[in-house]
Amino acid sequence: MSNMLAMNLRAGKSQLTGETAPTVQLSISGLNFYYGKFHALKNVSLDIYRERVTAFIGPSGCGKSTLLRAFNRMYALYPEQRAEGEVLLDGKNLLANDIDLNDLRARVGMVFQKATPFPMSVYENVAFGVHLHEDLTRAQTDDRVEWALRKAALWDEVKDKLQQSGMSLSGGQQQRLCIARGIAVQPEILLLDEPTSALDPISTGRIEELIHDLKQEFTIVMVTHNMQQAARVSDYTAYMYLGELIEFGRTDDLFIKPKIKATEDYITGRFG
Amino acid sequence: MELRTRRRLTNRIALGLSLAAMSFGLFWLCWILYTVFHLGLSGLSLDLFTKMTPPPGSTGGLANAIVGSLILVGFATLIGTPIGILAGVYLAEYGQRTALGVATRFINDILLSAPSIVIGLFVYAAYVAPMGKFSAMAGIFALALIVIPVVVRTTENMLLLIPSSLREAAFALGAPKWIVVMRVTIRSAKAGVVTGVLLAIARISGETAPLLFTALSNQFWSLDLREPMANLPMTIFKFAMSPFGDWQTLAWAGVFLITMSVLALNVIARVFFREPTKS
Amino acid sequence: MVADAPDLGPGILHAVAVGERIKKRPTGRKKPSIIGDLVFFNVTRVFAALVLLMLGGIIVSLVYGAWPAIERFGIAFLVRSEWNPPAERFGALIPIYGTLVTSAIALLIAVPVSFGIALFLTELSPVWLRRPLGIAIELLAGIPSIVYGMWGLLVFTPIMSQYVQPIMTGVLGPIPIVGALFRGPPIGIGLLTAGIILGIMVIPFIASVMRDVFEVTPRLIKESAYGLGATTWEVVWRIVLPYTRVGVIGGIILGLGRALGETMAVTFLIGNNNVLDTITLYAPGNSITSALANEFAEAGEGVYNAALVELGLILFFITFVVLALSKFLLLRLGRQEGTTT
Repeated sequence: MSNMLAMNLRAGKSQLTGETAPTVQLSISGLNFYYGKFHALKNVSLDIYRERVTAFIGPSGCGKSTLLRAFNRMYALYPEQRAEGEVLLDGKNLLANDIDLNDLRARVGMVFQKATPFPMSVYENVAFGVHLHEDLTRAQTDDRVEWALRKAALWDEVKDKLQQSGMSLSGGQQQRLCIARGIAVQPEILLLDEPTSALDPISTGRIEELIHDLKQEFTIVMVTHNMQQAARVSDYTAYMYLGELIEFGRTDDLFIKPKIKATEDYITGRFG
Repeated sequence: MELRTRRRLTNRIALGLSLAAMSFGLFWLCWILYTVFHLGLSGLSLDLFTKMTPPPGSTGGLANAIVGSLILVGFATLIGTPIGILAGVYLAEYGQRTALGVATRFINDILLSAPSIVIGLFVYAAYVAPMGKFSAMAGIFALALIVIPVVVRTTENMLLLIPSSLREAAFALGAPKWIVVMRVTIRSAKAGVVTGVLLAIARISGETAPLLFTALSNQFWSLDLREPMANLPMTIFKFAMSPFGDWQTLAWAGVFLITMSVLALNVIARVFFREPTKS
Repeated sequence: MVADAPDLGPGILHAVAVGERIKKRPTGRKKPSIIGDLVFFNVTRVFAALVLLMLGGIIVSLVYGAWPAIERFGIAFLVRSEWNPPAERFGALIPIYGTLVTSAIALLIAVPVSFGIALFLTELSPVWLRRPLGIAIELLAGIPSIVYGMWGLLVFTPIMSQYVQPIMTGVLGPIPIVGALFRGPPIGIGLLTAGIILGIMVIPFIASVMRDVFEVTPRLIKESAYGLGATTWEVVWRIVLPYTRVGVIGGIILGLGRALGETMAVTFLIGNNNVLDTITLYAPGNSITSALANEFAEAGEGVYNAALVELGLILFFITFVVLALSKFLLLRLGRQEGTTT
């Protein structure tokens, strides 16, 4: 079964990379979320570990994207959406009123499902966020842009066309551009909302490789509707259903020996 | 006649009539354009652009009227466009559900189709009468007041077409709202906004009524904004209603110039950028 | 390194060096100002409010300018037909009559034709023709009204007076009651000619609204009717039209609003005659817009001027009500369908 294969691969990897012991970076407790009167997230509590990949899985409508978007308070754009509870980043509650949203989003970045290149050149796309938050010289910005594009495995393909419009790239390249844009500001946490669902299998594979590489510097939280992807890529997985967190744990444990029957039903395809 | 045949006949007749209606519309378009071409082209000459409007019975050109129209239209666009764009930005980005937004949208659409002569009357009462004289500036104000609702409407529509995912991506990088709007949203909608401005220019190029009580016209060459200024529509009005052949020829030439400019602007705007068709 | 790490290609050393340079947390952080957002929000808000101010300004200035006449003539202004500048006796009946009659003629022509055009564009026309034809019809709306006026006066009117009007008198004149509308000297300019040209001008407005609402009729509804064996005509007349009824009416009213406010075309063609003594449509007359266009310049100050401004106020009021009604109906339709027109 593919799950076994994923597990074996993972076991092999962790021996090689020698990861340090996991520490908690983001601590969520008692999170409730409402769309108007609709209670979308019910009392969710879990921990996100530093420099690890955490995946949220579950059938559509279970609240995984809603949970993700609470971390950078994207919901603040829409007046009828609100969140209650605690999301502690290094001890400070992100949901508090005195948090500067722009600053928060520089520390917690997001890449969306649909690639959304801005109507500017590739260079300007990547530099956009950097210019917002930092005063860098031209040379420093050049360095940062190159670094971000290299990390996103896009540099070789665009290094000669940095001044071309971001929208002239292919679909997979555009998504990697958005990833480069997101990491250029050097966030502490990177949120990925179904980053490969609009891409073909080859591009998907490249992005999954990218995630594996990125987690050495960034904490990654991703939403995916593809269980196999979660099994391939993540260290921790949270299974959600109808707004509730059903089970959360190390990916290997969750996929091989889920503690809750509902999780097992979903994973084995008996449900969802 | 049995039912089926009757129904089929009705269908045939109805569809035939609709074809006739389409042809009817096209017929007038072609006839008018043909006349404008035919009578206007014959009046075209270099003199048109170099000589001034003549007294009755002698030949001349439309130079002062052409320049005057360019000045009036140009300044009116310059004044009205930024106001229209900013108001449109408010409606699209902030005013989706606010009271101000709802009221402005409603009133704007009414002003869009309001009689332009009433706009002229308003500028007369508010500006010309207190100042004591007609002036090009008054004409510019009147035309700007016609530009504004057009630009507001198209700007709002174009901005609303930009998907919210693009805005969210910019917010997610920590951009404050005004940067999201200015550097991402408006830039994406640039083509559409420009189209709106082109359509506004086309609209005011042919407007006569707002100039009747504001800029009036001027037989002579004048670039002074505080004086009445010659312009094509008013000149055509005067020349066409007159019995003088020379004047009428010039009027047709003027009509040709205006119609061609307006149609060119319309076609460019509509072909260059069209809203995605609903299906 | 790790066996399955992505291949960074040549220049990996350079990449590592670049990475080293910026690995430390950036120190050049600046705080984006909140002032930017506040300023931007208020600036756009002010300009949006400007639109409302425009409306207020128009109403205030018109009432102010018309006040001497409102004071002098009161409500009787609306029904008196005397228009005597030297004696300073004015009544709005003739211009109002002219405005309403020409607009009515315009709608009588434009509504059926627009319906036919909309039907053609949505059901009959081959798909590749739809956009060019649609643009062609919209070009009719783009032609400046002074062009309509001049063309109408110098090209159309002679044909009206030499051919069309005599024929109409011959054919329609003898009909009892209605025939009285079509008798009298065929001078060309007059209410009828102005009404016809106005109708042509208004066609594109009504036709494009009708076409838009026909197009957003859910395909499923039409297919259900076709599936029952209905002809194209029956589907449009019995299904689509009732379904889009609100939008169609909104479009017609929009066209009416345009017709009521049209100035230059009417001014050229209506004859500028302030006497109302016959019912025939061939008669020259006046509309509010043509009266304003023709007489404002010579009206000077005083009651003459105020009477004209009051005419403008009446016109603004009528068109405002008509356009508000149209907008309201179209909004209702938009909310009903879940789309906006």
